[in-house]
Amino acid sequence: MSTESLRIVLVYPDLLSTYGDRGNLLILARRAQQRGMPVEAIEVRSDQPMPTSADIYLIGGGEDGPQALGAQRLLADGGLHRAAAQGAVIFGVCAGYQLLGASFFAKGTQYAGLELLDLRSDRGPSRAVGELAGDIDPRLGLPPLSGFENHGGRTHLGPGVAPLARVTAGIGNDGATEGAWRGKLLGTYSHGPALARNPALADLLLRWATGAHQLPPLDDTWADRLRAERRAAVAARV
Amino acid sequence: MTDAKLPLRAKVASSVSRTAGALSRAAGRGDGSVIGGWLGLKIDPDLLAHLAAGRAIALISGTNGKTTTTRLTTAAVGVLGPVATNSFGANMPTGHTSALAKAGNTPYAVLEVDEHYLSQVLDATNPHVVALLNLSRDQLDRAKEVAMMAQLWRSALVRHPQVRVVANADDPMVVWSVTPPVVQGQYVQGPQVTWFSAGQRWHDDSWVCPECGSTIQRNGEQWWCSGCPMRRPQPHWVVEDDGVLDPGGAWHKVTLQLPGRVNIGNAATALAVAAEFGVRPVDAVYRLRDVASIAGRYAQVQRDGRNIRLLLAKNPASWLEAFDMADEAPTLLSINARDPDGLDTSWLFDVDFSPLRGRQVLITGDRAYDLAVRLTVNDVPFQHVRTFAAAVAEVPPGRLEVIANYTAFQDIRAELDRVN
Ligand SMILES: [Zn+2]
Repeated sequence: MSTESLRIVLVYPDLLSTYGDRGNLLILARRAQQRGMPVEAIEVRSDQPMPTSADIYLIGGGEDGPQALGAQRLLADGGLHRAAAQGAVIFGVCAGYQLLGASFFAKGTQYAGLELLDLRSDRGPSRAVGELAGDIDPRLGLPPLSGFENHGGRTHLGPGVAPLARVTAGIGNDGATEGAWRGKLLGTYSHGPALARNPALADLLLRWATGAHQLPPLDDTWADRLRAERRAAVAARV
Repeated sequence: MTDAKLPLRAKVASSVSRTAGALSRAAGRGDGSVIGGWLGLKIDPDLLAHLAAGRAIALISGTNGKTTTTRLTTAAVGVLGPVATNSFGANMPTGHTSALAKAGNTPYAVLEVDEHYLSQVLDATNPHVVALLNLSRDQLDRAKEVAMMAQLWRSALVRHPQVRVVANADDPMVVWSVTPPVVQGQYVQGPQVTWFSAGQRWHDDSWVCPECGSTIQRNGEQWWCSGCPMRRPQPHWVVEDDGVLDPGGAWHKVTLQLPGRVNIGNAATALAVAAEFGVRPVDAVYRLRDVASIAGRYAQVQRDGRNIRLLLAKNPASWLEAFDMADEAPTLLSINARDPDGLDTSWLFDVDFSPLRGRQVLITGDRAYDLAVRLTVNDVPFQHVRTFAAAVAEVPPGRLEVIANYTAFQDIRAELDRVN
């Protein structure tokens, strides 16, 4: 943590917050506060400079036009790159995941991404819409990923990143792997408020940001019930 | 138009459509409006155009408020004579066909149109006026994104420059969709637009200018683009207090049985649409108070000493409106994510549920656990119940507000014997 409070930035909610993405900010802030950590939640609009000294940056999903605009402004601003170089945690979801890579497609045109993760995205044969589940990289020590995806892209990982998960339901990157991570940077196609269904992933981001090896457990009764219900729904469909 | 004037093929199709509707109702398969229209269209794809010919028609479209606005507009235009309408919310071409066939010979029709079908229905019905209410996120897993929908509307309107448009000045997406595009430096001729301002709570889908991609700035009710000439037009019809200011500057008090400021806005829109047919607001405004509930929406039911009121909320914008309408009373929230609702529940995090703090909150529905997680994050205490009956038993006698999304609403309505 850079200061006495945990600073969490929601990146460009005016462009990249199409699917309840603000939920990830609310969930992280609450889970930190319940452990007694003071939190400063900062929403940075696309016409404002990106602060470089925050602890966690959240990049959400968006339509094609706003995604391309968001990537252009982040490249021009440079603040997110400086934050990454200083060891900040970055969590990208859906369009926000794609734009962390080298390139992505929006409105039929290829756009340059931020090149923070070694991956590139193109268009798939069909839109991936529905439940997304997968077994997370064992090195991260997390229970299975549970989410909902809605994207037309396919993402190809380079050697510089590891897949976040092996897909057990849905498409993710390409039907086999889902998401990517390197260091304290992590992206997923589990869109919108992904952390609502994955409280352990929320805590991973908090541990990365604070350097804590362990965090006091919280009551996740409802999230656990939601995860179990979604797991049953996915199983019933197969 | 009467059946006698229809071409033979259309006449047969129209009659089949009515018979199938009656059969479907008799068989208990709902109100019959969709299946009847579908059979009719199978026989004559031009049936909708035939049935529309000779009528003065208003189309009402947008993400939110179209069913209520259609009902209020039907009441207002009723000043002039019989009005055909798709009052059960069957808002695709099959529903329109069925509604017009069933209505027989009426000089007027007011049709609610699903926003995805506006282009097709404009072509088929050649309406006198189109009302465009708003465009916001809805059914994210399969609906077109907001900007794409605005583009579809724009392309459709360019093909119908003679249609009169009643449009929402407060929604940049709507304003852009009725603004004619510039082609090779020339403005394409656009429709004649009457602007209304009904007050819009939801702004999260219009931060980026659809014309140039710059940021939309806001100050009070005004909005403007920081990169191009797009800005809020001066509205002709404005909601002011509990009434409507008409283009002539006269203020009309609006008294409704329907709750909430949002319905004063819907009433203003209805009066503006009716005015395009020559109806004076002073003559129409009294008829609006006859509208009590619409396919169960806003309906009040007595059950075991509880006065249960039903509010439908389909997407973030309409949840905000529902909280505004609901009394400070025990509140049941019910969420499903079946096909008609959209499969994705992410939008729950676009809604701030904090207005419910301090009320007794109960949750139910297929996706109650999604709601439970959301309410926990929002610090809103709640009880989870398995059934509607259990919810009724959990609250004291008196008012129970029920806010539900589409299929959850229909489930509860069925438990209350399909209350209208
Ligand atoms: Zn602009």
